Amino acid sequence: MADGTTDQGPVTMLATPISLDFEFTPGVAQSKFLRGLERGEFLGQRCGTCGQVYVPSRGTCPTDGVATTEDVVLGNSGTVTTYCVVNVPFAGQAIEIPYICAQILLDGANLSFMGLLQEIPTDQIRMGMRVEAVWVDEAELIPSLASVKYFRPNGEPDADYDTYKEYL
Amino acid sequence: MAESEVLHAEHRLEYPYARSTGPIIGAFLTALREGRFVGATGSEGKVIVPPTEYDPLTGDDVGELVEVGPGGVIDSWAWVSHPLRKHPLQVPFAWALVRLDGADTAMLHAVAAPGPEALATGARVTAKFCPEAERVGSMADLESFVLEGGAA
Amino acid sequence: MSAAGRTVRPVSIASFAQSQNVRKDNERNEAEGLQPVIAEVFANVGITKDDVDFICSGSTDYLIGGPFSFVMALDAVGVWPPRAESHVEMDGAWALYEAWVLFQEGEIDAALVYAFGRSSLGDLNEILTLQLDPYYEAPLWPDIVSLNALQARAMIDAGKATEADFAAIASRSRRDALSNPKAQVRHDVAPDVLLEDDYVVAPLRRHALPPITDGAAAIVLAAGDKALQWSERPVWITGFDHRMETHSLGARDLTVSPSTAKAAEVAGVADGNVDIAEIHAPFAHQELIIAEALGLDDSVAVNPSGGPLAANPLMSAGLIRIGEAASRIRAGQADRAVAHATSGPCLQQNLVCVLEGA
Repeated sequence: MADGTTDQGPVTMLATPISLDFEFTPGVAQSKFLRGLERGEFLGQRCGTCGQVYVPSRGTCPTDGVATTEDVVLGNSGTVTTYCVVNVPFAGQAIEIPYICAQILLDGANLSFMGLLQEIPTDQIRMGMRVEAVWVDEAELIPSLASVKYFRPNGEPDADYDTYKEYL
Repeated sequence: MAESEVLHAEHRLEYPYARSTGPIIGAFLTALREGRFVGATGSEGKVIVPPTEYDPLTGDDVGELVEVGPGGVIDSWAWVSHPLRKHPLQVPFAWALVRLDGADTAMLHAVAAPGPEALATGARVTAKFCPEAERVGSMADLESFVLEGGAA
Repeated sequence: MSAAGRTVRPVSIASFAQSQNVRKDNERNEAEGLQPVIAEVFANVGITKDDVDFICSGSTDYLIGGPFSFVMALDAVGVWPPRAESHVEMDGAWALYEAWVLFQEGEIDAALVYAFGRSSLGDLNEILTLQLDPYYEAPLWPDIVSLNALQARAMIDAGKATEADFAAIASRSRRDALSNPKAQVRHDVAPDVLLEDDYVVAPLRRHALPPITDGAAAIVLAAGDKALQWSERPVWITGFDHRMETHSLGARDLTVSPSTAKAAEVAGVADGNVDIAEIHAPFAHQELIIAEALGLDDSVAVNPSGGPLAANPLMSAGLIRIGEAASRIRAGQADRAVAHATSGPCLQQNLVCVLEGA
């Protein structure tokens, strides 16, 4: 109050919210990957120097620093290299717990990425499990990983440890 | 890749920062909420407004807080014909560095004026605070400065 | 060291590369935009990433609005096997300073320094507000143009400049840029024509503002045998310093730059003749402040590249000043040059680098 008889107490905190708007672009290579998802396929890129295949590719080889220009269509199946079972609820959680979050190395790729694993009890997941992508209906495909509903076991025998030990 | 194949998306980055003020900045913001100004006494008796916890030139701790303003003079000003969406006034106005009476440094804020021809460096201004019920203890509690004599 | 900032160990600007400076590159991501620049800076001297001992970059995540963009940008270099690397949330000129310090300590013999930033993705008038005091200044969202208009007005009121001076600087800069194929704004328009521009924020008219620029730049530094192997005419850093002033705009005399003057003194600018100066003064009036603080006389060619009024890629524009100055020495157009970089609002922080031919 102007006469100093405030009952609010001295100011000790100041709210300084910020909100900034951007136009984001994932770039040329990641756009190709996302356009592939819109067609229901995983598209990677091969480094012309070391031969490694990245999915998604960011347009350069993180080992050699050269532009990746050769596109590679990868298989729909892959191998679980490692995983965790999520039991902790958190803000914005979209999936019912517990669920399995797995690193999946697609056949033909040299880079694993994270995917949701379903259609298997959480106590049966294991490293080396062979899995396949389950896509949304064709009419619902969009340039986003949301086009992949989840991965599930594809029924093949587990992969040998030697085939994925470099990707842990 | 054809140009149209590259994707774009709108992206909003938001942070709900809340900052602790400490005793000196807190005292200034508390005074603003009460419709007045305080400064801090720095080295060689100079009065720093808005006050910092240290003398900006020497780094020494500041001394006691003293009342300053609410009038002052314009040290420099810049006329904004087209306010941006986050500016404090949404009609043409001036940004100014205002040296409050009793202060040795200037503070940045808006000056409301009918036009740039009404302003000059050295012109006297005085504080126009928001209605008391709207003040929360922030720089926005000061609506703007206005020309002394009510030209605005 | 004879004095702080004076070189004991000579370090050479062995190679310099910059992207085309453009208003908007919204096709490529950070790594895709940077990779050709890194490839060029290495190819200039016939080396690879394996020939440098240290990598240092300058960028800010606020330009892209996402975290750790500097980590992802390393994909443009290739950092496997693991490399010694560092980053500053500053213009790349400060990244170069960090590398130079490691040279002085004898830690390294060669380094890659780069900077990148796309200014076009967000609203710079809002983004750059976040560099201000978060209690007293930023909550009012004063834009960078307005703050510089306050500085320009202070110059005019102090009798140190006129609007015609700003127009003359802008006219000269963009005319000089006609010989710089990498520049973004290149034209020959007379000052009296520029003075017909509208005010953006008075007293700054359109021409006194820098362009909004997307771009990247890189430099290879070398010492000892590598410096001699990689360049027929090495360009040596002979003085280097940076200084800063208070954050409080209202506590500064905005018409002078004591931090630049101090850095120039420590770097030894006055120890010899200066042929050219590349000054990182994004707003036209700032060139006058920096030239005075550097102690330059009228014989010095200022910003022969066109300077930041012709291309102002945030985070790279200061590093480019060093590269442009070195390129002119290497081309035999100058023997001794001063490069300057700035950071923060209204020239708050300033860096001075003195370069000399062999």
